[in-house]
Amino acid sequence: MQYLLLIYANEAEMAARTPADIQAVTAEYADFTKAIVQSGQFKGADRLKPTSTASTVRVRNGKVMTTDGPFAETREQLGGYYMIEAKNLDEAIAIAARIPGAKNGSIEVRPVWPMG
Amino acid sequence: MADGVVQEIFRREAGRVLATLIRLLGDFDLAEEARQEAFAAAIEQWAAAGVPANPRAWLIRTGRNKAIDRIRRDAVFRTKILEREIASAEADIAAMPEDTDDEAFGDDRLRLIFTCCHPALGAEAQVALTLREVCGLSTQAVARAFLVGEETMAQRLVRAKRKIRDAGIPYETPEPPLFHERIQGVLAVVYGVFTEGYAATAGTSLVDAELCAEGIRLGRLLDELLPKNPGVLGLLALMLLHDARRPSRVSDHGDVILLEDQDRALWDRSKIDEGLALVEKALSVRGQISPYAVQAAIAALHVRAWTKEATDWPQIVGLYEVLLRLQPSPVIELNHAVAVSMVDGALRALNLADSLAARGQVSEYHLLHAARGRFLQQLGRLDESVEAYRRALDLATLEPERRLLAARIAGIESMRLLPSASQASRLR
Repeated sequence: MQYLLLIYANEAEMAARTPADIQAVTAEYADFTKAIVQSGQFKGADRLKPTSTASTVRVRNGKVMTTDGPFAETREQLGGYYMIEAKNLDEAIAIAARIPGAKNGSIEVRPVWPMG
Repeated sequence: MADGVVQEIFRREAGRVLATLIRLLGDFDLAEEARQEAFAAAIEQWAAAGVPANPRAWLIRTGRNKAIDRIRRDAVFRTKILEREIASAEADIAAMPEDTDDEAFGDDRLRLIFTCCHPALGAEAQVALTLREVCGLSTQAVARAFLVGEETMAQRLVRAKRKIRDAGIPYETPEPPLFHERIQGVLAVVYGVFTEGYAATAGTSLVDAELCAEGIRLGRLLDELLPKNPGVLGLLALMLLHDARRPSRVSDHGDVILLEDQDRALWDRSKIDEGLALVEKALSVRGQISPYAVQAAIAALHVRAWTKEATDWPQIVGLYEVLLRLQPSPVIELNHAVAVSMVDGALRALNLADSLAARGQVSEYHLLHAARGRFLQQLGRLDESVEAYRRALDLATLEPERRLLAARIAGIESMRLLPSASQASRLR
């Protein structure tokens, strides 16, 4: 099964990190990514720019409405994702727990709906 | 052939047959339907041909074949899943060995328990699903346990089963080290089933014997499937030792009777003996001590005392201190304070309860205020005692507990109506 692992973190705290912290976490992410690429579980991943760069789009009655920022204000914001292949939820949870961001943020584990 | 024999086989094999069919078919609802059809076929065919040598294998094989028929035949089902999935499901099921030997597959009931108690399901859903799928309780009976309507419970069960399928919750017993983490969740669910019956959280019925019995039955099943597990042994002992006191916990009028006032002759000696033996076993397993075993050891010290005066309170205080290190919680702190009051007196106990109250986490917990009322009463600080009991009464939801608290308040008030009498006696 494929799972999308959504990485949530507090952007304000992220922005307040020291260069040394950032360097250390970047190295951790590189190691983690390399490991799941080697195990064949990696399907894709990206880091997202902060929500201050986000726009929300809705179409109502055929009219496009664009607003600033994310849909809802929450304590933690979506900051990136991994798409993985896992045997079952336990394997997906085990991989999610190894994402460096799990230590201070949270990871949402979502099974991917298989399309014909 | 007697119907009784067949019914006895069904009763004995229903759980195992369902668990194995879920593994083979990968779908709870399909497995339940298949089991029903297999039982119906058995009633018909065994009457003519006699009971087969291995009835369980017969039921599983028949259920599996009925499910394959159903997948092929059922047009409604066919539109629900993609053609390619049907083909692969048919191939998977057909490829499954017909072997139903526990040696080869382990017991599927253990897989089922771990699946129903998976932490990705909500805490209530875990208990409900375990009662429905492992214990085989009807949806109506599960709904009664949770004090909700049957329709509501049916929807919750459907949602939980859908999550198992759609999120890919595995149907397997986890390997260490995950096992040690997950077994804690399983034990919590089993204890949850028991305590739901032992002290229903709302309403008028204090004790629901059926749920207590199901909790113990699950404990025994786990002990059979996971022998020598200290957590399982400790939990089973704890449930038996609590349950042994059940006949003495409520008066004929449905009033709560506290441990110290219980008629010890009513305690169930055979459950006590079994519980005591299990505590010993749980504490003798090498490795980490299970909090359940410590709680069972405390319960054991209570039931070992033939009179309340014979209770070994210093050792109970010591065990609560062990428990607080293993598993700190406000409820255990409060129980520790009560035990301390029996050894060092009410003042030290009151200080412990006050420090717990000052931290604010449990200010809405009625038993905290009831305990403070008790300690204050013992210290002769009656105004404060009544105030604490009143606060407890405001927060308590169970009718029998409310009556007990009201009686306490009335008792103190009536004593205070006779100040002249006590003064007179002092003058004399």
